[in-house]
Amino acid sequence: MSSDTVVTGSGEAKRTGLLTRLGAKGVVGLFCCLSVTAFAVLAPWVIPGSPLDFVAAPFMSPGPGLPLGGDALGRDALVRVAHGGYQILALSFCAAVIGVLSGALIGISAAYARGLLDNVLMRGLDVVLAFPQTILALLFVSILGPRWWIIMGIVAVIHVPEVARVVRAASLRIVGEEFVQFAEMAGTSTPRIIIREILPNLLNVVAVEFGLRLTYSIAIISVLSFLGFGQQPPIPDWGLMINENRIGLTVNPWPVLVPVMLIAILTIGINLVADALLQRSPIEKE
Amino acid sequence: MSDKSGMASLSPGSRLLLTRIPLGLMTLLLASVVVFTATQVLPGDAARAVLGRTATPESLAALRAQLNLDSPSSVQYLLWLRGIVTADPGTSLVNGLPVWSSIAPRIANSLALMLITAAISVSLAIVFGVVAAVRRGWVDATLSASALAISAIPPFVLGMIMIILFATTVFRWLPAVSYLRPGVSIWSTPSAIVLPVATLALVVFPYVFRMTRTSLIEVLSSDYIEMARLKGVSMRRIIFRHALPNALAPVAQVIALTLAYLVGGVVAVEYVFGFPGMGQGLVDAINARDIPTIQFIVLALATFYVAVNILADYIALMLTPRLRTTGRQAA
Repeated sequence: MSSDTVVTGSGEAKRTGLLTRLGAKGVVGLFCCLSVTAFAVLAPWVIPGSPLDFVAAPFMSPGPGLPLGGDALGRDALVRVAHGGYQILALSFCAAVIGVLSGALIGISAAYARGLLDNVLMRGLDVVLAFPQTILALLFVSILGPRWWIIMGIVAVIHVPEVARVVRAASLRIVGEEFVQFAEMAGTSTPRIIIREILPNLLNVVAVEFGLRLTYSIAIISVLSFLGFGQQPPIPDWGLMINENRIGLTVNPWPVLVPVMLIAILTIGINLVADALLQRSPIEKE
Repeated sequence: MSDKSGMASLSPGSRLLLTRIPLGLMTLLLASVVVFTATQVLPGDAARAVLGRTATPESLAALRAQLNLDSPSSVQYLLWLRGIVTADPGTSLVNGLPVWSSIAPRIANSLALMLITAAISVSLAIVFGVVAAVRRGWVDATLSASALAISAIPPFVLGMIMIILFATTVFRWLPAVSYLRPGVSIWSTPSAIVLPVATLALVVFPYVFRMTRTSLIEVLSSDYIEMARLKGVSMRRIIFRHALPNALAPVAQVIALTLAYLVGGVVAVEYVFGFPGMGQGLVDAINARDIPTIQFIVLALATFYVAVNILADYIALMLTPRLRTTGRQAA
């Protein structure tokens, strides 16, 4: 009984701590992205029906049993919206995780090694940065084919240079600290120093980068679908749905309007959280 | 940097250009290799892909010869590069017309779109940035929050929101698509370019706005502004004569980077509105597997991007007295 109250007590304290840290804007943002994520993950299980069944006339207006009406081919628009989000979310999330982690490791390694390795890594990344990145993604995905792991990999690679640059700048301060020198004297291996000693001090920077990269991932992955180079019909996908149904905007706007709003709310939410984290982080003050 | 003796006599500006232009050309050369290799690994034989089911052994052989498909890749690359440099990037695989003559009008349209957008967006963003910096409080909070929200939304989603709001569902004031017949100037139907320009303007607005605001706030808190204030100089005069000119240096760099950012956004937005520019051309060419056109448009976009980036660094150097006089490179 007494241990129970302690657990809930500390849990509460932690939660209020996070919420106050985020501030009003951050909380609104967190609410936005959590609700869209919850919808994308839960709706396929909660809303009955198949996204591939033809149940209505094309672009039929909303009516009983069809809250959002029919899509371009007469499928239930609500069911397709329900099934069309989790791939975008999962791919964007994985691409952001892979891109930010590899970028962070490269950035820290460059700052820690200095000298030749630093120069080679950073100049190499400058070359990648000197190329318009949306075009790069479009080119490679259109050529290599719209397979999910190719899309994820390319978007992750696109994130690496910018993340590496930011993290390198932030870790220049830390690599000279005493605890790093102590770890070196204690004979700790280089990978261990980078991951166990330096990385934990940069979590705030990495978190902000992750938020920004997640927004950017969603933007690129959904625009690839929209342009027809992502998920292929008849798979339901928010980006693809917007393109498939936009000719019927004047007849039944819902199959376009709802995915548009969901993507907008999601990306705005993530950006608000990232901005709140940035304002609370020490790098902002410098 | 190593041969200081030879370059020391030059001004920092020309030194920057002397190092950045060769670097930019190297980047473009590398980009050309990437683009060429990428389009080489397209599954299947390009000649067969083009001719499809109508292919006969004779027509296949003829097309292979025309595309130099029988020579080794390195020779193909050099022939292709020579074509690009001499503004003769070959003929389209789809309609057999020279790529240059079918893409040049699209380049002009895209450039016009981007320049109109930049002019409108940058002036609005500077005005709003000044307002937000001077009226801290709810005006600033509202403007900053809107800018943050707009910057998060993917450009194509923003375009769809504009279409829903102003062309189809809510109001029907403007055309949803800017379909223009080939050869018709975009100026002939001004209403067709309102929504693409408005969308792209919103895409770039937040960056310039934020930079103007931050930069002006910083300048306004400096000692010489405090001094002017104590002397009793009017607020209007302080802002426009003393603060703004000093605050605009970082803004100028952001404006140039904004143009580079537009290159990425322009593809999706042109596609949304069916605007006859490079971006729409690229999507069409990719769908038709029209390799020479893809290669040319991607390189044209990359060239613009690299050039604008160099321009951004040059402007930043020229507008920052500390960097200009000590000759340190803008890192």
